[in-house]
Amino acid sequence: MRPIAALRRWQPPRAAKAIALALACAPFALLAIDAATDRLGANPVEAVLHRTGDWALRLLLATLAVSPLRRWTGWQWLLPFRRLLGLAAFAYALLHGLIYVVLDRGLLWDDVVADVLERPYVAVGLTALALMVPLAVTSTRTMMRRLGRQWQRLHRLVYAVGVFAVLHFLWSSKLDRLEPLVYAGVLALLLLSRAPAVLRAWGRVAGPGPCDTRS
Amino acid sequence: MQRIRIPSVPSSEITPRPVWEDRRRFLRAAAGGAAAALLLARPGQAAVSRPGRLAPIADLQETAHGKDLKPTDYDDFTSYNNFVELGVSKEAPANNAHLLRTRPWTLKVEGECEAPGEIGIEDILTQFSQEERIYRLRCVETWAAVVPWVGVPLSLVLARFKPTSKAKFVELESISDPDRLPGQRRPVLPWPYVEGLRIDEAMHPLTLLATGCYGEVLPGQNGAPLRLVVPWKYGFKSAKSIVRIRFVEEMPETTWVRLQPDEYGFYANVNPTVDHPRWSQARERPIGEGLFARRRQTQMFNGYAEQVADLYRGMDLSRHY
Repeated sequence: MRPIAALRRWQPPRAAKAIALALACAPFALLAIDAATDRLGANPVEAVLHRTGDWALRLLLATLAVSPLRRWTGWQWLLPFRRLLGLAAFAYALLHGLIYVVLDRGLLWDDVVADVLERPYVAVGLTALALMVPLAVTSTRTMMRRLGRQWQRLHRLVYAVGVFAVLHFLWSSKLDRLEPLVYAGVLALLLLSRAPAVLRAWGRVAGPGPCDTRS
Repeated sequence: MQRIRIPSVPSSEITPRPVWEDRRRFLRAAAGGAAAALLLARPGQAAVSRPGRLAPIADLQETAHGKDLKPTDYDDFTSYNNFVELGVSKEAPANNAHLLRTRPWTLKVEGECEAPGEIGIEDILTQFSQEERIYRLRCVETWAAVVPWVGVPLSLVLARFKPTSKAKFVELESISDPDRLPGQRRPVLPWPYVEGLRIDEAMHPLTLLATGCYGEVLPGQNGAPLRLVVPWKYGFKSAKSIVRIRFVEEMPETTWVRLQPDEYGFYANVNPTVDHPRWSQARERPIGEGLFARRRQTQMFNGYAEQVADLYRGMDLSRHY
């Protein structure tokens, strides 16, 4: 089943989309409230940097979980929410990057460039963010239609984004790697769930065939 | 004929060269500082306001150290801590501080010394003059603070135990209490926490054995009841909740060096020109200054170069980081 067909088949009610959007915005709203009421602790820049990074990663993994969950549970209604989750992940990642450049580095571009060149965890973080840009730009229905089968190929980049994002968290941790390792484990499970589809695709002779949305 | 006998001087009585050299320099600096303090002191103006949370330290002696610095807000300094024994996050140490038992508390001193023994926290508080010194604190993670410590120069305490000439280093060991301290139930770090100093660093007049901060006894999350303060080194050198000090001949293997020798060195002197592999050390962020405060330049030896640079003369500081 093509994604376009799937999207056409069923659309969630507006209220459901509004609720989903509100939920995705909730971490930002809480952050804004904490900032406005001076409840970000002694190092507020670090707090907003960590919280936006955490939510970017959580929402990214949630995006990646839609397809396997849909397959295992048969909940077709999950699919239309995938774009919202992905865009929310991108929004938090972008915010995370902006906070790093503006608030943490104080727009000192030499420092930012040195960080990217000398510190692998910054480089992979930036790569993850950069790879999300084409995905966000092509997330509209029009772009989906225009790109056709290429759309899906392009959006497989999301797996690379997941790997880079988890590496970014893992390599930036100073001491306790438990939390990033939990994220790495979840990502590994989500990637493994795609393995059968990938293997099937490899086994198939190249050429036009039924496009597998579940890959 | 009467032979003249030269009395033998025990090696513990011989003051190491860097120490007496330092003492002269320190006396000079102190004389200048005292003069400055007299000029700056205004009657009725308390330098450090007491937060009124814990027991005040009796007979506090104000000093000229850091009178020009503005202390970090008490709540910020006591809610944002690295004290892994009490938990790995910045908030955990304050939340778990009640689990730390600080009485009774005994400091054992042993190793290359003539009078090994122990001293209780009450004796340290009553037998030594408690000095208030305002120092800059710089964490290896690039945040910074200004702390009005209370304590005793470490050299005064160590002298009691008469280190011998074999005492080239001191090794400091922190509390080990996995039954009570949540952070010690997981092998996040190899427990107990061990830090070390070269003997001349330990005997340096700036090096403090702290018993309090902000005029009161130390909060658990800041290393109660007894911690080291070495203001020209990254914070992790300043071991918290110390139970043992050992005089040793060889450089001790310290906790962070054991864990990641390419990221943490034995010296760990604050140095804006030598980066940690994962972050630049050129700039620091003072805590408690809000969301829009900018980083400021980090100073060589955290601003104490005048007092300590001589300790490292001739050393390649990018190699001995």
